[in-house]
Amino acid sequence: MNTLNSKIPEGQLSEKWTKYKASQKLVNPANKRKLDVIVVGTGLAGSSAAASLGALGFNVKIFCISDSPRRAHSIAAQGGINAAKNYQNDGDSVDRLFYDTIKGGDYRAREANVYRLAEVSNSIIDQCVAQGVPFARDYAGMLDNRSFGGAQVSRTFYAKGQTGQQLLLGAYSALSKEIKAGTVKMYERREMMDLVVVDGRARGIITRNLQNGEIERWGAHAVVIATGGYGNVYYLSTNAMNCNGSAAVQCYHKGAFFANPCYVQIHPTCIPVKGEYQSKLTLMSESLRNDGRIWVPKKIEDAQAIREGKLKPTEIAEEDRDYYLERRYPAFGNLVPRDIASRAAKERCDAGYGVGATGFAVYLDFKSAIERLGKDKVEERYGNLFQMYEEIVAVNPYENPMMIYPAVHYTMGGLWVDYELQTTIPGLFAAGEANFSDHGANRLGASALMQGLADGYFVLPYTMQNYLSDQIYQSKISTETEEFANAEKSVKEKLEKIMAIKGEKTVDSLQRALGHIMWEYVGMGRNRENLQKAIPMLENLKKEFWSNVRVTGDLNSLNPELEKAIRLADHIELAQIMAKDALQREESCGGHFREEYVTEEGEAKRNDQDFMFVGVWEYKGKDQEPVMHKEDLKYEFINVQQRNYK
Amino acid sequence: MDFTLKIWRQENRKAKGRFETYKISNISPDCSFLEMLDILNESLVNKLSHPVCFDNDCREGICGMCGMYINGHPHGPDKGVTTCQLYMRKFTDGETITIEPWRARPFPIIRDLIVDRTALDKIIQEGGYVSATTGGVPDGNAILISKHKADEAMDSASCIGCGACVAACKNASAMLFVSAKVSQLALLPQGKPEAAIRVQNMVAKMDDLGFGNCTNTYACEAECPKQIKRSNIARMNREFICAKVGSEESTKR
Repeated sequence: MNTLNSKIPEGQLSEKWTKYKASQKLVNPANKRKLDVIVVGTGLAGSSAAASLGALGFNVKIFCISDSPRRAHSIAAQGGINAAKNYQNDGDSVDRLFYDTIKGGDYRAREANVYRLAEVSNSIIDQCVAQGVPFARDYAGMLDNRSFGGAQVSRTFYAKGQTGQQLLLGAYSALSKEIKAGTVKMYERREMMDLVVVDGRARGIITRNLQNGEIERWGAHAVVIATGGYGNVYYLSTNAMNCNGSAAVQCYHKGAFFANPCYVQIHPTCIPVKGEYQSKLTLMSESLRNDGRIWVPKKIEDAQAIREGKLKPTEIAEEDRDYYLERRYPAFGNLVPRDIASRAAKERCDAGYGVGATGFAVYLDFKSAIERLGKDKVEERYGNLFQMYEEIVAVNPYENPMMIYPAVHYTMGGLWVDYELQTTIPGLFAAGEANFSDHGANRLGASALMQGLADGYFVLPYTMQNYLSDQIYQSKISTETEEFANAEKSVKEKLEKIMAIKGEKTVDSLQRALGHIMWEYVGMGRNRENLQKAIPMLENLKKEFWSNVRVTGDLNSLNPELEKAIRLADHIELAQIMAKDALQREESCGGHFREEYVTEEGEAKRNDQDFMFVGVWEYKGKDQEPVMHKEDLKYEFINVQQRNYK
Repeated sequence: MDFTLKIWRQENRKAKGRFETYKISNISPDCSFLEMLDILNESLVNKLSHPVCFDNDCREGICGMCGMYINGHPHGPDKGVTTCQLYMRKFTDGETITIEPWRARPFPIIRDLIVDRTALDKIIQEGGYVSATTGGVPDGNAILISKHKADEAMDSASCIGCGACVAACKNASAMLFVSAKVSQLALLPQGKPEAAIRVQNMVAKMDDLGFGNCTNTYACEAECPKQIKRSNIARMNREFICAKVGSEESTKR
């Protein structure tokens, strides 16, 4: 049964959103007060949605995995946020931002969603300025911009190298205002354990209070999932330690379809791995590629000598350096999209030109930028990033080139949503990185912040009303029903089961094993043989987890080992559909690179004939094969081309 | 590198805490402080004991979630970094490292090294915002802001809300934290209309919650991982006095 209806409004692309808003149903203020909304997650999407819905008058409950919304991982986004303001008079427009995003996503995103994103981008900047977000300004007092990968205009707004922090604090402040006003209630240190579905509609959630282990029931007329992405399936990623795909998996198990799980973004500029004890990877903002030049030695013997510590990068003459991005992609140079920059780095390192002790690193060099702009200017632009690099690596990046290597960073896949950001379960919405909607097979830099805030400030407050308008006859959702009791019971049974295993393997060791399988076989370069190997390996790992995991401590207290174990169990489930999705997609597009499908020059080769669709996975039950549905992508307004950044 | 760790263990808010001593060896100097604790915890799980609980999240020094008192300093001996950005190369081989939670009355201990810092959120809820609701705002360039003011506001806005300033202060004062937010919004034209109400309400809440007063020792500034300046406190005091003396506006919203 194919039930996918993307509900894209009729009409010209530029008129769809306007028409939708003009004809959607609204809820009057007196009724808004009677309607409850649950928001799970307090990052950009969750905080902005809760603040906006609260300001409209809905009764909002928001759930935060940490002690404060300000900890959400949106805070770590460094570079900036895109908007089509065209303040620079360099030819930007809503149409161009739309086009760049679709092209950047390798023609695997929905036209109508992306156009709406580009349309509301300008309002986001205005909103944030009004909140007191201290964006960088020029000497005239106007907002400043920088350029970012995948674009030929300067449309990125920024606040030093801490844009995500400032935007999140903006959303957090708006949320704090609503908490004070009493329209939003905040529940901190809670993790979602299950979704409750009543008569086919999302009606609430079960949470675990992380401080005392209490299992709690919460009812509402609608639920928003804004819990971010699932990059931590790879164990080592730039995601924060608490980032997880658990909530999305719970929804998937309750009937929400999961779209494009194989689309994972590998970020080209991260600090390389040092050792087995490594717990996470640190991203160096893509904005560094504005002024930094990426290179490896031209001669393989130089690379060898560097790895052995016999040669320093500063001793390599200009003519012996291979600025491979500038060489291969003269038009975009160091600013090619992330997937291309990542694969190019892997290609050089695999060919033996990698640097650093492990050989899995390339240089990002600021020598010519310092010569051109002066050290002060470079420090003003990237000072905090340079400081962070020096702190971690103990090398001064003003004097020596930085070393970088690609790492898992963002997941384009996520819960399938229609134009209204509603999943296949009525009343369940997904926003931000948790949904799949806007980035296709690859996300452009500075677009995640844009999407999270677009969904929360400007999309959900409209589309959710359209759903809630016919819920005004529904009285308060009681949590004393069979559905809630059953959900709570199954959560408790699952947790007791995990605690009872008392096996030999620590959660961390199993997590590392999962990460290893995913990075080696479902990582940057994928092929049929490896993917076919990964699937049974994951099945074995699942068995190993459920028979041999060791979780100490107890259920009814603060227990980080148990928290990690619950998430790991869900991550293994996700890994399985990621591998299956990667196997079925016999083409290379965006972040999904299949080594069998390349052009003669070694570039990714898309297959629009057979794969211009969204792979949408339906859970069929424990020990059953999931079923994949297809949502065909139709490009009515854009001319589909082979992506070319040369 | 080898270390002896003296770590504060406490089961819950009400339980009596104590120091426990652990030995740990073969730690790489490039290992981060939290990764060193990960290694300790994995070994504790292998011995079937309960791992040391500590807050942490981004491990990039920006979320403000981590924070512990290390050898008598919040976030450890290194300057301008959070605990997650502290590396073992900053310690000497064989050293004994003492690890405690933040100690301040408004931050009750939840477990081991984890404290409850929601008091800081409660202060922000009293006015640490511009009361702009979504939509209906002017164009971002409609009100010009001098680069100098925008940069200064950004410096104040860099606070990560970790609570090190409170932990460092002998009075458990939150003045640096509160003043950073008051300053950011007082420096920007968008924050001006509510400035007088904001500073009064936030200060009142800070006092209510049991944070102490500032007696100008500046331990907060010295220990702040984001190097937030004490000039913010001076600005807040000015704002506060002006609001008390010069403003006719009520603090009621």
